[in-house]
Amino acid sequence: MTDHTSAYDGLLGDDSAQWAFGQDFEDPLAGVDTTLAAGVDGAALAAYCLMLGDDALVHSHRLSQWASNAPDLEEDIALANIALDLLGQARLLLARAAAADPSVVPALPAGSPVPPEDALAFFRDDADFRNVRLVEGENGDFAVTTARLLLFSTHRLALLKRLRDSVDPVLAAIAAKGVKEVAYHRDHAARWCLTLARGTEESRRRMRAGLDVVWPLHHELFRTHPVEATAAEQGFGVDPAGLAADVDVLLEQVLSVGGLDRPTVPPTGPLGRGAGRDGRHTEALGRMLAEMQVVARAHPTGRW
Amino acid sequence: MSAVVDADAVTLARRAAEEVTDPEMPMLTLADLGVLRDVALEGATVVLTVTPTYSGCPALATMRDDLVHRLRERGFADVDVRVRLAPAWSSDWITERGRAALRAHGISPPGAAPATEGPTVLRLLPTRRQVACPRCGSGRTALTSEFGATACKAMYRCEECLEPFDHVKEI
Repeated sequence: MTDHTSAYDGLLGDDSAQWAFGQDFEDPLAGVDTTLAAGVDGAALAAYCLMLGDDALVHSHRLSQWASNAPDLEEDIALANIALDLLGQARLLLARAAAADPSVVPALPAGSPVPPEDALAFFRDDADFRNVRLVEGENGDFAVTTARLLLFSTHRLALLKRLRDSVDPVLAAIAAKGVKEVAYHRDHAARWCLTLARGTEESRRRMRAGLDVVWPLHHELFRTHPVEATAAEQGFGVDPAGLAADVDVLLEQVLSVGGLDRPTVPPTGPLGRGAGRDGRHTEALGRMLAEMQVVARAHPTGRW
Repeated sequence: MSAVVDADAVTLARRAAEEVTDPEMPMLTLADLGVLRDVALEGATVVLTVTPTYSGCPALATMRDDLVHRLRERGFADVDVRVRLAPAWSSDWITERGRAALRAHGISPPGAAPATEGPTVLRLLPTRRQVACPRCGSGRTALTSEFGATACKAMYRCEECLEPFDHVKEI
């Protein structure tokens, strides 16, 4: 047992609950009833949770890369906070996926202390990730990040609000919590969008350019993938096509207050099948994962 | 174990658990923060139920360790900390005593949490709150950032005494 009076005592003990991969709290769903509701297929639920979890995880990692690089210190902290919320949501969603269908979790060497949600985050290749391509792009200009956060959080909030009625009580609870957090994210992105749009000629030009970069990618969020269709059918998920109108009203509001024209750039590449949800990603994701996963992969049985 | 002894054990366990403080806001107990939801006995095991404040709150791990540690110190060998996700934690759960403790330590306590039913209003202007400076009591305060040193706090400054301070966000 750790002696909390000395900061050093816990470091070298054989308490498996120490440090590695942030796993002090071994199971984020400890004590939560993860029994499947009637009519819910475990594999289908897991596939759906992976999509939502990967969106949150990848976006979280991109946002965390702004730490120490944002326009000001407050923004460093803000983006890190938003990234942390998304990471927490991702952890719960990936843990839910693993509990619903343990076969989705990559096999690790015997004796590895890595919990299932971390195995999913750190030991899958890019082709196994189910996130939309919108969230994986390089950060580039701050206006690109602002535009991406606006599109993502507007969609996410609309999604989570409906997901609160999921027949899977765990997913419903994760969504109810997420709604409160993502509302702050959306406000933050929308305010920055206006600040840049109504700032100087240069900031306005960059905000427009930022929207042009991410706009063609956000259509993928609204194409119903077969996994999402099944999720909606079985009552544990949401058909994203039904979110488009709500999201559009919100985006229109931000664009009009900012005096920004709606981007006219056409959607990029495949939508729905054959895109991010099927593991077809841009090169940017592979590079991001290489950096994100390198330490965990080098020490699959590591205890820190 | 007789029913009377059991009741005593639960009381002792509850008392011990309720002493444990938040790792990031140590002036506040987990009970006053509203994170500690339940203390019960299942056979010889003390079952503690907690609800995380934010999805990614990294302090949850330390809270769990601290709870287990305190209970073991008081002679309860078997302690099980369980998570309850629903209903989601709300800043409305912070007790009056907790709010007083925050204020006494220079942190402004949250106002009423916004409704989560119905449409979520997009707030394009900085959130307006009636926030009094916890140092000088002035109502002339301004939001610096909606995000602060921990997930649950926003940053403010007082325009009267010019000191910066933290405000626990409504959620």
